[in-house]
Amino acid sequence: MLFGAAGVTAAVVGAAGAGVVAGRASAAETPDHLHTAVPFRGEHQAGIVTEAQDRMHFATFDVTTKSRDDVVKMLADWTEMAERMTQGKEAFPNGATGQNPYYPPFDTGEALGLPASQLTLTIGFGPGFFVKDGVDRFRIADKKPAELVDLPKFPNESIDPAKSGGDIVVQACANDPQVAVHAIRNLARIGFGTVAVRYSQLGFGRTSSTTRGQTTPRNLFGFKDGTANLRSDEGDKLKNFVWVEDGDGPAWLNGGTYLVARRIRMRIEQWDRTTLLEQERVIGRQKGSGAPLGLADEFEELDFDLVNDKDEPLIDPVAHVRLTSSEHLNGIEILRRGYNFTDGSDGFGHLDAGLFFIAFVRNPVTQFVPMQNEISRKDALNEYILPTSSAVFACPPGLQGDTSFWGSTIFD
Amino acid sequence: MAGCQAKETESTSSGEGSGANAAPAQITVEASDNECTLSGTEGATGANTFVITNNGSKVTEFYVYDEGERVMGEVENISPGLERKLIVQLTQPGTYTTACKPGMIGDGIRGDYSVTGAEVQIDTEGKFKEAADNYKRYVVSQTEALVPAVEGFVAAVKSGDIEAAKAQFPTSRVYYERIEPVAESFPDDLDPRIDLREADLEPGAKWTGFHALEKQLWVTGLQPDANALADQLVADVKELADGVKAPDFTIDSTQIAGGAQGLLDEIATSKISGEEDIFSHTDLWDFNANLQGSQTAVASVRPILDERNPDLGKRVDQRFEESEALLEKYREGDGFALYDKVTEPERQELSRSIDALSKEVSQVQGVIAPQ
Repeated sequence: MLFGAAGVTAAVVGAAGAGVVAGRASAAETPDHLHTAVPFRGEHQAGIVTEAQDRMHFATFDVTTKSRDDVVKMLADWTEMAERMTQGKEAFPNGATGQNPYYPPFDTGEALGLPASQLTLTIGFGPGFFVKDGVDRFRIADKKPAELVDLPKFPNESIDPAKSGGDIVVQACANDPQVAVHAIRNLARIGFGTVAVRYSQLGFGRTSSTTRGQTTPRNLFGFKDGTANLRSDEGDKLKNFVWVEDGDGPAWLNGGTYLVARRIRMRIEQWDRTTLLEQERVIGRQKGSGAPLGLADEFEELDFDLVNDKDEPLIDPVAHVRLTSSEHLNGIEILRRGYNFTDGSDGFGHLDAGLFFIAFVRNPVTQFVPMQNEISRKDALNEYILPTSSAVFACPPGLQGDTSFWGSTIFD
Repeated sequence: MAGCQAKETESTSSGEGSGANAAPAQITVEASDNECTLSGTEGATGANTFVITNNGSKVTEFYVYDEGERVMGEVENISPGLERKLIVQLTQPGTYTTACKPGMIGDGIRGDYSVTGAEVQIDTEGKFKEAADNYKRYVVSQTEALVPAVEGFVAAVKSGDIEAAKAQFPTSRVYYERIEPVAESFPDDLDPRIDLREADLEPGAKWTGFHALEKQLWVTGLQPDANALADQLVADVKELADGVKAPDFTIDSTQIAGGAQGLLDEIATSKISGEEDIFSHTDLWDFNANLQGSQTAVASVRPILDERNPDLGKRVDQRFEESEALLEKYREGDGFALYDKVTEPERQELSRSIDALSKEVSQVQGVIAPQ
């Protein structure tokens, strides 16, 4: 499924206590590893195939300066802060209370005493970072990958430009929402004058699993989501579908990936008045077990040839799982890493909620666009969803060694 | 360049610039609606004295700037026919800028003013004292301009001349908005008495000040209490003017820098949203005044800043310049566009500019804090 599900998941085991964060993470009792730090440096950026955390703060930025030096300096500052924060440290050493008290604190303080909570900070660059309104602001136009273009207009969407796009994205994921918000807040604070936040989105529950150890979470339609997602141990598939290979485009992106983000509003109230049978027909899976219609176990392979006694397919021709399956899409797969969100209620008293879809792909043009073309025209789910934002970013590979900083290879 | 001390007399004729070092000569400035003629454009380090005569038909101002639009000295509100004296301490040799501002708007009519001679040394302690003295003089000059401006506004209200009163509402507030954090430091709710917004009024409390009159002028028409509100407003701004002149009124460098940030916070909280002048939509006059007041406050502590972190001063200059340039896009005649005509994307652009400026100005306190 394209759709993800709600976050409270794996973690609810034991009663271990781990007092520091009691009551903060999605469950009071969480295995210790959910508190630990995820390595910041490596071949690939963290936050992509990393075991999906439960909370997200996703923020995109417009670059407001015309100065290349300012951009470079900010990215270097951000990298230093990000590395510290992912280790559970303050953005600056003793930043919250240990500096000259006549300055505003160098760290905002709300994460003091909280563990790293598997915080990952993942950076990406949008088309406007390289060329904005036809202008090569930072002399990096030649570094722009050909595939890094705004997504086309699809049917059945109502895109708000103010909540779409962005020159830079930072995806903060953690098992404690306060840790994720703290990270974005401190980066934004340092960025004023160089960048301005364009929009940001909080997500409160993961809607996919990226490792075998995680149970499949549920999205706000109440269905398990991400059963057939790519997993971190599927090396060949990740190579084919997620990581940019040497020769795909500009060298700085080798080992990187593209991030596609779509805020998908769910028509919650309509869905909640829909019969269980119809809900399962629309999705193509059983709501309780997550098993494909006609089968018994969640992880059984989808069988699109099964029919009922009237010779009708058990999985509807326009069911969501059929249209998004790799069989249907000539083998295309993507890595999904989205989050449930709610932004409260709208003026009619309806939940303003849905799924903040995030996918990582090797090539948005040949993977995401055909998939979205197919579902936006045919998917039975379209009656219950409305995409309201759209963005695409190129995410560089991981930082290795001590000297490099986020985006440094773009500015070489 | 560094070092600044502006001395000015507020009398209508040549007061003696007490305490001034021996300036080589007195420079006379003939100001009109379209000219600004100085009797000389060269001076020596130390005190420089300018005597400004307004021969034009518009109220004018005279400024001496250092690099980065740093106000070294200024005289405001020079009515047609009046003469005023300005004594400015220019401690470093270099090229300064003079400007007359007929109508008290825009960049004014500018010229170079070159200063030669040895730098006048001032130690750190002296710089702190100078900063405090300089800013106190600024506050006094603003309150002294505020009183007659409010009296003019109030006279129009009391005579029932709605159009004249509406025209003077935004311009009389300017002097207050430049120094509002100072008014906030006075007891007995002086600031709320002068400038409370309706949204902040407690149930049952008496609403006085600029905004109570604003609502009557723009929404309800003048009410029976209009004259009483008018008289009260004059009394309250006089209380402020008397208060800042009192010998026991002091303001230190940290408070000055805090006030510079406070004025930008004022812009961010109530001007960007259009809540300050919700009936008249004259928010951009206040926006401009807050910005000017903040810039002057930073300029007062600038010699200390330049000694300790010159880069920050340059970044502050650049951000002020950018915000001012952006605001100039909304300039209309002697005033500004009404804020209800400013679109959401335009408000976002203004907001981002204030964010960028605030990021730098918020660092000033730390730099100038006692070490």
